[in-house]
Amino acid sequence: MTMNSTAIATDAVIEQDIVSSNSVYKTNQLNLWYGANHALKNIDLDIKENEVTAIIGPSGCGKSTYIKTLNRMVELVPSVKTSGEILYRGRNIFDKSYGVEELRTRVGMVFQKPNPFPKSIYDNVAYGPRIHGIKNKKILDEIVEKSLRGAAIWDEVKDRLTENAYSISGGQQQRICIARALAIEPDVILMDEPTSALDPISTLKIEELVQELKKDYSIIIVTHNMQQAARISDKTAFFLNGEVVEYDTTDTIFSNPSDKRTEDYISGRFG
Amino acid sequence: MSVREKFDTELHSTQDQLIQLSTMAVKALGKSIDALLNHDVDAALQVIEDDIHINRLEEELNDRVILLIAKQSPVATDLRRLIVMIKVATDMERVGDYAVNIAKDTIRLGKEEHVPVIAQIEKMHRLAATMLMKVIEAFVEEDVAKAKEIADLDDQVDALYGEVLTQLMLAGGENPAQISQVTQLAFIGRYMERAADHATNIAEQLFYLVRGRHYDLNK
Repeated sequence: MTMNSTAIATDAVIEQDIVSSNSVYKTNQLNLWYGANHALKNIDLDIKENEVTAIIGPSGCGKSTYIKTLNRMVELVPSVKTSGEILYRGRNIFDKSYGVEELRTRVGMVFQKPNPFPKSIYDNVAYGPRIHGIKNKKILDEIVEKSLRGAAIWDEVKDRLTENAYSISGGQQQRICIARALAIEPDVILMDEPTSALDPISTLKIEELVQELKKDYSIIIVTHNMQQAARISDKTAFFLNGEVVEYDTTDTIFSNPSDKRTEDYISGRFG
Repeated sequence: MSVREKFDTELHSTQDQLIQLSTMAVKALGKSIDALLNHDVDAALQVIEDDIHINRLEEELNDRVILLIAKQSPVATDLRRLIVMIKVATDMERVGDYAVNIAKDTIRLGKEEHVPVIAQIEKMHRLAATMLMKVIEAFVEEDVAKAKEIADLDDQVDALYGEVLTQLMLAGGENPAQISQVTQLAFIGRYMERAADHATNIAEQLFYLVRGRHYDLNK
């Protein structure tokens, strides 16, 4: 190889690094079947890091299936079959060499209903780090405090860390679940309708938290609440019947979408 | 009831209210010019008195739009439609104000014989009124091609306004006793020119409503 071609090759590698470092997930021609049901059809999505990406669409459109595919949770459903690829940080998560535990360490998830473990607030947050072998009390204390601060709930629970996580409100429980996800220092946080079981004030707290979290994490959120998607996300993907109808900046989707089906859905005319 | 039927019904009736307001404003402009041409002080007084109905209608429309935004959280075209309705109502309310200004000038002029340039002002009015009526039609039909035609007419109004001003200056020079009338007519020419501009504004708003982008039709 001549010096010149080496330089060009190096440039190409650097350029590739820049492109891939900006994309946290790249989904290429993803198809998914539950038995005979074709649930996701030719999905192409490029999800950027340190952004909030909202997935919207009517019930049964495939949005939850898609988000559960991103951490391979969907594989828990028997008879699931996929084709295509999902690149997480440039690596196909369906590769046989890719360990699902490794993926889920990098990709945390928060569910629709707060699902704390029947343990103390402290033990809920320390659960992940303990599984990863951290036993030192001082280090665990630091992780718990940092995670609870990150989830904007430290001040509310710092004097009740030994209380059962079920003893606090639903909104607080959901933030404990977010703190639990943060404790393993993930790269991505998936949120599947994280506020649908919460009251408006708790919802706003979670929304504000999401805005804070995106500085350090990439967030993908499934939501039925269109105004929530409009308020908190940078990009929005509209799913319908297992397909991505439109994927654009949230500003464009909510002010001037290009597809009539998107417009009809966001303006509440179907779904 | 289909999804959002109540909201759609509200949108339609707000649009009907806007058309009512627009029609009243354009009629007021016509009545003010008729009063001017006929030296009809009573008709001019009626125009001034009736303006309150236009103003009230504009306020009602604004309140209605604000409530719809607050209660229905519209997005995309629905939101643009509501914002555009408020703007069009403001434009039309201004047209109503010009009618009042012309009516006041008519009262000031009384029975004083008009300088010949009045015919040009009448022509300006015909053009401006045509633009305003057509732009309402275009708005109802969401016809951007028609809106573009209306904006093109604005050049003719501007040209006429230039002629009116030149002739008024000449008239004022020839007959200094009529300087007061010349000044009033210059203002009236200006109101007509502005009324036509409001029609162009509305045409631009229609483009924004339909296409979601801003257009300058005055270029």
